[in-house]
Amino acid sequence: MNISDFTQVVLFLLVLIILTPLLGRYMARVFLDENHVLKTMVSPVEKAIYRLISCKEEEMDWKKYTFSLLVFNFMGILFLFLLQLCQNYLPLNPQKLPAPSWLLALNTSISFVTNTNWQSYGGETALSYLVQMAGLTVQNFLSAATGIAVLLAIIRGLVRKTTNKIGNFWVDSTRSILYILLPLSILLAIILTAQGVVQTFHPYVKATTLMGSEQIIPLGPVSSQIAIKQLGTNGGGFFNANSAHPFENPTPFSNFLEMLAILLIPSALTFTYGRLIGSNRQGWTMFLVMFTLLIIGLSISYYSEYKFSAIGGLINNMEGKETRFGLSNSVLWSVLTTSASNGSINAMMDSLTPLAGMVAMFNIMLGEVIFGGVGSGIYGMIMFIILTVFIAGLMVGRSPEFLGKKVEAFEVKMAILAILAPNLVILAFSAISCLTTAGITGLNNPGPHGLSEILYCFSSAAGNNGSAFAGLNSNTSFYNILTGLGMVIGRFGVIIPVLAMAGNMAGKKTIPLSGGTFRTDTWLFGLLLLSVIIIVGGLTFFPALSLGPLVEHLLLIK
Amino acid sequence: MKKQIITGLRFLTLMTILTGIVYPAIVTVITSLFFNREVHGSLVERNGVILGSELIGQNFSSPEYFWSRPSFNNYNPLPSGASNLGLLNPLLINKIIQREKEFLQGNKIKGNLNIPPEMVTASASGLDPHISPTAALLQVNRVAKARGMNQERHDQLVSLINELTEKRQFSLLGEPRINVFLLNLKVDNLK
Repeated sequence: MNISDFTQVVLFLLVLIILTPLLGRYMARVFLDENHVLKTMVSPVEKAIYRLISCKEEEMDWKKYTFSLLVFNFMGILFLFLLQLCQNYLPLNPQKLPAPSWLLALNTSISFVTNTNWQSYGGETALSYLVQMAGLTVQNFLSAATGIAVLLAIIRGLVRKTTNKIGNFWVDSTRSILYILLPLSILLAIILTAQGVVQTFHPYVKATTLMGSEQIIPLGPVSSQIAIKQLGTNGGGFFNANSAHPFENPTPFSNFLEMLAILLIPSALTFTYGRLIGSNRQGWTMFLVMFTLLIIGLSISYYSEYKFSAIGGLINNMEGKETRFGLSNSVLWSVLTTSASNGSINAMMDSLTPLAGMVAMFNIMLGEVIFGGVGSGIYGMIMFIILTVFIAGLMVGRSPEFLGKKVEAFEVKMAILAILAPNLVILAFSAISCLTTAGITGLNNPGPHGLSEILYCFSSAAGNNGSAFAGLNSNTSFYNILTGLGMVIGRFGVIIPVLAMAGNMAGKKTIPLSGGTFRTDTWLFGLLLLSVIIIVGGLTFFPALSLGPLVEHLLLIK
Repeated sequence: MKKQIITGLRFLTLMTILTGIVYPAIVTVITSLFFNREVHGSLVERNGVILGSELIGQNFSSPEYFWSRPSFNNYNPLPSGASNLGLLNPLLINKIIQREKEFLQGNKIKGNLNIPPEMVTASASGLDPHISPTAALLQVNRVAKARGMNQERHDQLVSLINELTEKRQFSLLGEPRINVFLLNLKVDNLK
């Protein structure tokens, strides 16, 4: 790694740290309904929306909140599903693309509504401009807003006392779209287009190359989708090659901005979280734990890629990487996109060195809590905090509490459920795939790397990440069904326990801090939290990882 | 409960209009005003014929053109994509060794040389428009010979490469690189 590579990484991290409190403070103002820059301009639109959907802005208990969320997400899946199946009858389909198979369409719908954006299709050859724009882009916004809504609900559960109200789902979703996701997306989309990302409704262009052959160049309303795809930790590309495609990510600067957009909101939300629970220290403690995990992952990945990628006598391996980004930006992206549950890529995960591929996989397996998805990263981390508080309570023999709320059997059960649901999907579904012909026929690589492809697939689905060891052919009935199921469990198997906990917590009294309270905003607690995350992830997945990427690494250095 | 379903339906409709139609339309209008070339794919024309996009790589395999990177889909953008081969996959290792041979033989390079890795590995998009300046310089002799160029023209090629080399953006981001399509276009125009 030379100075230039190092500078680019440090610059990225610095900008991220600087922007965290700035955007975090703004988002806190939005959610507290205080004055902020966009308030006077946009709030008439907000009010109009409430009128049009006949939402009285009254607060809901956790059951009503959960019901609204689930019904809304289900309708999203249904609408997107039908839209795809009808695409050949609808406008804005200049290439006359036929409808996808119903299983593929269902998989894609679940994928985008659950903020996963797993793609068993290639955008430029499968979906019309209309579906990408009025279907996928919409869910990119809505799934991110859903994540933020759940986060707000659990925060209210922690902060409020003796109430059963945890907010209004429609209000929470509307605010995060109008004041955060939309303005940032418009801004980012414009800058990306300035760098060369296309944004047009013209049909694909036929070119005659210098060598005289024909090249069909796909176009589309790309930059509007790429902006929210990055900002909303969605990650579903307009084109098959995702952000490795020159039309999605044409320059190193567009690459820098897209990387920043992956972590921007999840990172800033740690600050917002601190603000909303009334303790900036809690927010920064969470930030530091996440940041530490990020740095550990980055170090291992860089070490592996610079040290072990010299195959066939090469200086380093550029298979599956783009010249304009080079090794450094490709590795950085691979760690960022799996830390956050983004899942977009600018280099192929399948062709990374085994250890770098393992870091990407392990980041997801930890439960997408290294900043994680928009909203979901923080509420996932809160589950780990509850677990840590509980374990700490056991160790010192005091009844555990968090932010003045007693952590009791119900909370611990919900936290465990939320942590284990995705893990179960990863291990059980991978095992099923390894044991069936349908599971292994889609493999692109032999040996331990094949196992990695399967493990990665279900980690990605359950963690709602969406990136892939893309050699695996996942557009089969088998994988479309299993990953679809995995995405649903990985999303709602976490959201429902979190909301139930929010409802239960909101009803509790607050106990004043005393000398015996185990503080949760200290270095000690941060370290403890870090250990719990790594141990849970490590114990659960070490056996599987040692048969996949770890063995492959040993074979590589042999 | 029924009320929430109706609210949900209306909210989905409204958001589909707002984020699925209004938002892309706003972005399209604004960007078309300021970046009319970029929105349509940064296309390059010659005598009214569209030759391609300067962002999308093309297949160059004949000796009189500078070669671009190997591509999994042979620079066919429908669809973009990569080999997705693992590092230990014999298919990948054999391919790399074979490409190394072809590159050395094709350019009549003798002896030991660290071949620029991008010239023997396939890109992520299959459409990578760039190679490193080193990789371009290694091909100058071949291109000059195939085009029957004298020493003066040969030197013109070298200065063309230097001229077209893109530095790190803001002297900081990404890697130094050269756009093979634009380079070959300029080479064609050298008269």
